[in-house]
Amino acid sequence: MTHRSDKGPAPVLALKGISKSFGAVRALRDVSLELFPGEVHALAGENGAGKSTLIKTLAGVHRPDSGQVLLDGEPTVFHGPADARDAGIAVIYQEPTLFPDLSIAENIFMGRQPRRALGRIDHKATHAATLALMQRLGVELDPDRPARGLSIADQQIVEIAKALSFDARVLIMDEPTAALTGSEVARLFGVVRTLREQGSAVLFISHRLEEIFQICQRVTTLRDGAWISSELLDGMTEDDLVRRMVGRDLDELYPKQEVEPGEVALSVRRLTREGVFTDVSFDVRRGEIVGLAGLVGAGRTEVARAVFGIDRWDAGEVDIDGKALINGAPSTAMAAGLALVPEDRRAQGLVMDMSIERNIGLTGLRTTVKAGLVDRGAERSRSLDWAVKLQVKYARIADTVNTLSGGNQQKVVLAKWLATGPKVLIVDEPTRGIDVGTKAEVHRLLSQLAADGVAVLMISSDLPEILGMADRVLVMHEGRLTAEIPRSEATEETVMAAATGRAAA
Amino acid sequence: MADSTLSRAVRWDTVVGALLIVVLLLSFTTVDGFGNALNLSFLIGNTLPIALIALPMTLLVVSGEIDLSVASTAGLSGAVMGALWNQGMTIETIIPICLALGVVCGLINGLLVTRLGLPSLAVTIGTLAAYRGIAQIVLGSDAVTDFPTQYLDFAAGRIGDSFVPQAFIPFLVLLAIAVIALHLTPFGRSLYAIGASEEAARFAGIRVKRQKLILFTVTGLMASLTGIFWALHYASARFDNATGLELSVVAAVLLGGIDFDGGKGTLGGAIAGVFLLGALQNVMSLVNVSAQSQIVVTGVLLVVSVLGPRVARQIAVARAGRKAAVGSAGKTA
Repeated sequence: MTHRSDKGPAPVLALKGISKSFGAVRALRDVSLELFPGEVHALAGENGAGKSTLIKTLAGVHRPDSGQVLLDGEPTVFHGPADARDAGIAVIYQEPTLFPDLSIAENIFMGRQPRRALGRIDHKATHAATLALMQRLGVELDPDRPARGLSIADQQIVEIAKALSFDARVLIMDEPTAALTGSEVARLFGVVRTLREQGSAVLFISHRLEEIFQICQRVTTLRDGAWISSELLDGMTEDDLVRRMVGRDLDELYPKQEVEPGEVALSVRRLTREGVFTDVSFDVRRGEIVGLAGLVGAGRTEVARAVFGIDRWDAGEVDIDGKALINGAPSTAMAAGLALVPEDRRAQGLVMDMSIERNIGLTGLRTTVKAGLVDRGAERSRSLDWAVKLQVKYARIADTVNTLSGGNQQKVVLAKWLATGPKVLIVDEPTRGIDVGTKAEVHRLLSQLAADGVAVLMISSDLPEILGMADRVLVMHEGRLTAEIPRSEATEETVMAAATGRAAA
Repeated sequence: MADSTLSRAVRWDTVVGALLIVVLLLSFTTVDGFGNALNLSFLIGNTLPIALIALPMTLLVVSGEIDLSVASTAGLSGAVMGALWNQGMTIETIIPICLALGVVCGLINGLLVTRLGLPSLAVTIGTLAAYRGIAQIVLGSDAVTDFPTQYLDFAAGRIGDSFVPQAFIPFLVLLAIAVIALHLTPFGRSLYAIGASEEAARFAGIRVKRQKLILFTVTGLMASLTGIFWALHYASARFDNATGLELSVVAAVLLGGIDFDGGKGTLGGAIAGVFLLGALQNVMSLVNVSAQSQIVVTGVLLVVSVLGPRVARQIAVARAGRKAAVGSAGKTA
């Protein structure tokens, strides 16, 4: 595979000097971008750098205030998403929206199924067309199986197939890997490589820098709505890229402090939930960050849920500071000093329609009380205090959390739980889908908490994060703990071997 | 300017409150016989049953649930009261029994919803029929009217020569309790969280099932209290007392800006909605609109009240959308 030089083929889609303002605020300032056929192009930048606006401009959702969109070198105006789609531009979002009860084939050809006489749907033709698409992508997915139960990666592959069925030549992938595990990413990247070889132009957005280097040839960086650079990735380092994104050298991404572990704070003994996880035992000591690695579906999140009391366990015991927790009772787990930052911040971590103040306040309903009533003054100062400590960027504390960026939402979830003064903090995918700057902040915070004597259990599918932050790595595979690896021996190989069941327990 | 959920709800509250004032003013000036003390006391007295049940119903709908069996519980409570009275029990024994019965009715709804995970809409449509049926079995087609006069007088009487019914005072006490419970206590705060996102509430350590069970139980209690009041106020205990009252209650609560999907609205709005509906029904009676037509109006109001806040919100969202785009871009600059 040769990288195309700038004098190579003409870009299939290009933006030239695009500016876009919303009211008084300039979301994009004089941004240019060229997408070449047969090339995967990364779009890098922190949250709020203008990536979303750029994507929406390419997809015909926004019309630029000035500048040109060039399709095959010709200036074009997209009057709406349909125009962009007809021009062969498709956007694959992070969370695909398939109809779960319809088959893969029906999802792909929804609303435009091949017809037979009398308007009946031609199932055979639909099936065959879907099969052809899957073969083109080099994946084996049964066109007749329902979308329900497909992994997110496979759902995205179905979305890609759907895009191809519209003859898409430009695929925009907006953080497709944010919710994927290692093996799923590999599967998706296989498809992306196939697309690239077939001459598609791909615009790829990811907060995981190593993925950008893995799959992309060229990168365009945005910062504060402005174009910073477009260049080939060959010869660049991650540090180079981060510097362009944040405009300064980032303090270490994994600022792990060395802490001498103290007493056992969380003790899980032979915990079993039938059909979900079996015989899980581990300790987390004060001052320790213990990583919990494994593939999605290995049961990590489920163990966390059971420990916190969201789900009941069938056998075993959970102790905080030597005192047993009641099965299935989050309120008593909280009272014992346990906090859980859940994996899905939008559905589980936050009430999206509620204000920042009240979201943080939710964990204090038992404590910020005066004479049986909510002590609003105490609630507000507690919320403000933590929002400020965690440097949440917001306009007013009374704003609803759905006005915040993903990284700031995650900080609100952390604030909500840190405000309870936990002894044991479980964080499930704490940095999923948030930008590298905020990620470093979250890591520094976790490290500081551990140094302050909190026992931290960190579930993550981000291996560098696990390796960078954890004192010990626990690995789960198919519902069982398969390995406990000390920091000194933890490498991608040893962790992945255990996660995929290749290592002896 | 502010676009939080609260201020949006407040705006709808204001709309309903203003509408109530407009309707009252118009009625005072244009409808014969509206303004005299007797009619106003009828208006309030006839609206009190709706208002009493609207208190727990508001909390229930805020938490994302609903109870359609309330009118049947009220009817059952009245029927049992009549039957026991016929048996010669004292009213002082009967009332606690009826209230306890209401608690049981509410508890059954609550357990079916929280333990079996059934949708409250379906459960309470079922118990709506069941409780009414039991009421008929208990009392048959009798009408019991000979309750002790001091009770009848209290339930129908006015304070001196004013237009305020005596029963309005205890209602105000209950209203104050409900306002405090919903708007000032941790319990009320948790109801908003449950209604807006039950899962997030659970992950915040809120005991969702317990709170809901409490609400259904209190709703049953209040419904049976309403049934007792109804029988005394109209001096008639029949199995079909308060039939269709649930429609008025739900219409009034939704009209007051309590979102059917939960998580939004205030008691002030709900009570404004209740009295708006009560005033309309009163005016319709005065100008000789038939009872059947009044039900049609209530039904239309129900649809409008679900639609109204939604349209208002869509306008707000459209405006917020522009602002949010500005806002999120604002964090860029």
